[in-house]
Amino acid sequence: MLELVIISTLNGVLYGMLLFLMASGLTLIFSMMGVLNFAHASFYMLGAFFGYQISKFTGFWIGLVAAPVVVGGIGALVERYGLRNVHRHGHVPELLFTFGLAYVIEEVVQMVWGKLPVDYRVPAVLDFPAFTVFGTNYPAYKLFMLAISVAIFLALLAVLTRTRVGLIIQAALTHPNMVAMLGHDVPKVFMLVFGVGTGLAAVAGVIAGPALVTQANMAGLLGPILFVVVVVGGLGSLTGAFAASLLIGLVQTFAISLDVSVASVFRAVGIDATPSEGVLGDLWNVTIAQVGPIIPYLLLVLVLIARPTGLLGNREA
Amino acid sequence: MSDLADIAPSGTLAQQAGSRPSIRPRGAGIVAQVLPWLLAAAILVAAPLVFTSGTALTMMSLMGIMVVFALSYNMLLGQTGLLSFGHAVYYGLGAFFTVHAMNVVALNRLPLPLPLMPVVGGLAGLAFGIVFGAISTRRAGTVFAMISLGIAELVSSGSNILRSFFGGEEGITANRTKMLRLFDLSFGPQIQVYYLIAAWCLICAVAMYAITRTPLGRLCNAVRENPERVEFLGYEPQAIRIAAFCLSALFAGVAGSLAAINFEIANSAYLGVHQSGVVLLAAFIGGIGTFVGPVVGAVVVTLLQVSLSDLTEVWQLYFGLLFIAIVMFAPGGIAGLALMHGPLIRAGTAHRLLPAYLLALGPLLVMLAGAIALIEMAFRMLVRAGDGTEMSLIGIPLDAAHILPWIVAGAMAVGGGLALRAVLPRVTAAWHEASAAAKEKLA
Repeated sequence: MLELVIISTLNGVLYGMLLFLMASGLTLIFSMMGVLNFAHASFYMLGAFFGYQISKFTGFWIGLVAAPVVVGGIGALVERYGLRNVHRHGHVPELLFTFGLAYVIEEVVQMVWGKLPVDYRVPAVLDFPAFTVFGTNYPAYKLFMLAISVAIFLALLAVLTRTRVGLIIQAALTHPNMVAMLGHDVPKVFMLVFGVGTGLAAVAGVIAGPALVTQANMAGLLGPILFVVVVVGGLGSLTGAFAASLLIGLVQTFAISLDVSVASVFRAVGIDATPSEGVLGDLWNVTIAQVGPIIPYLLLVLVLIARPTGLLGNREA
Repeated sequence: MSDLADIAPSGTLAQQAGSRPSIRPRGAGIVAQVLPWLLAAAILVAAPLVFTSGTALTMMSLMGIMVVFALSYNMLLGQTGLLSFGHAVYYGLGAFFTVHAMNVVALNRLPLPLPLMPVVGGLAGLAFGIVFGAISTRRAGTVFAMISLGIAELVSSGSNILRSFFGGEEGITANRTKMLRLFDLSFGPQIQVYYLIAAWCLICAVAMYAITRTPLGRLCNAVRENPERVEFLGYEPQAIRIAAFCLSALFAGVAGSLAAINFEIANSAYLGVHQSGVVLLAAFIGGIGTFVGPVVGAVVVTLLQVSLSDLTEVWQLYFGLLFIAIVMFAPGGIAGLALMHGPLIRAGTAHRLLPAYLLALGPLLVMLAGAIALIEMAFRMLVRAGDGTEMSLIGIPLDAAHILPWIVAGAMAVGGGLALRAVLPRVTAAWHEASAAAKEKLA
């Protein structure tokens, strides 16, 4: 039991930090431009595939730096030539634009790299077990992922709260017109935030690629979870996104390792009820591990009903 | 959500022009109102006589289903300003309940004919619409969109757990010929199913149009524009949103039911996020600012889905690019673009646009041809490399391994794009001139 708790906590925190790498960019973009970027997970996927492609020629480490830069550049171009033009039509067309973009990026990735997973490997330097708990080897690469995400989180925090650029960004979040009056180029700030946000998603993609599966459906799998994170945490709130990332990371990881159903609980206390047929029987026998994937969405619906601003948000979505 | 009004600048123009005939006596208005529906009915009846092939019949059946689905979606997005990412939930549940109902009827030999089955789907959609609508319509905007996404994921994941009802990955099948027969109709042949779908499509379209003309329909528009003022008038915006939501779920259920009858199967893909995306694309490509928009969108999208997938394997990419182009350049959709010209045609100044349009058409076609050639060659090189590099585009043989086709295609795409940009100011100038002349004539 202790083994399960320790390993699941480690994995849950790791998954949560990865989610936060993406959610931070998404929530910053939302609070600036008021648009939920549907294609954010697609930039994460682009990061993974670019990282894979670059690592084939130059090795993992250059890919780790180059792929996010390239993806961030693409993101900035999308903002400059796509989103900014749609902006004048209102928020719904903006959301729909990113929706279409996600669709196109998935098709392009499928066209270039195919539908099957690509062979994106952990670099040899990090391909060893870091430590052993209860007979289970914990890979060093996972610790490296954790270190990178924490480092980026701290750097982001420092930039936003301690530097001039960070102050301008924070001011532009709430009072874009006032910031423009003071002579700052607000559209350029938007472009910068969009580029950096998509770049951060790409970092998550590059480091998650070798550990998870790098495949053309990875954006579709992760995208909805990402929305759950930023909406549950509270749109526009970085601390909220952080809390929700960890919460969902831990909940999902623990759910996967719990093979418990209503039937098994009853059996444990000595009541051996025969599973009935039909829908009731399905519910009787379903395990928590099977329900795991829908817990975040249940959380999303419940939180939004009870508190439309999210857990820590102060503005309504 | 007030920005939805900006999507349809055409609507205001059309309304200005359309408000004039209302001064006329009522009798003429009724004829003018019934005529389009008679025309639609005539088209639905005559279509299988013109397009007699089996594929055409299948495609027209799909179009009928999609028209109902897209119109029901537009009750939310276009009329009430609620952007939903989970409308397929009600479509899928309608389909599943219909399939189960068909099996029950066939098993117990109940005296119920097949043409009544869409009622079951509609009731199922309505029931779930009431449940999910009550919890999701308190807010419009992003909160509503996110809750709809959450519910969609919940239901589609839930369908994998409740296997005895949803049938797991294979889905649930039914046999539409095992029902009570009326007038000796077996509904075995596709032509009979087509007329069943066409009849329901017309009924639903008339009903949905009628709803837009009721006080409720007007209140929906008011809630879309300014919920706060609606509250001041003494109405509850949430109650109006729930009503719109339930009605739209009802018609989505009917559409799902028709799909279940057409395919004789319901599976989890019916409720999926992908299906919700397709209906959103269809409604928006057609145009959400007008009632006919989603009809146009449903027809175009079904046509593209069926015919493009025969022509090219990367049709979904073209589909996505078309959607982005519509969002960026024509947020009123195809119908919005066409209806923009209504006042000009009525004023008789539309012909002044023709030279400018023809001038722009050339570069546009060149640019598209270049871009399509680039995409197809890249697809051949990257995905179909095993088939060799020799290929043909619209009958022109070429070798994608050579540099020449790439240069030609690239030059066409870039050159066409630059030429289009150079011509566009003349198109806008012609547009302003024609609309100014139209205003003068109408004034």
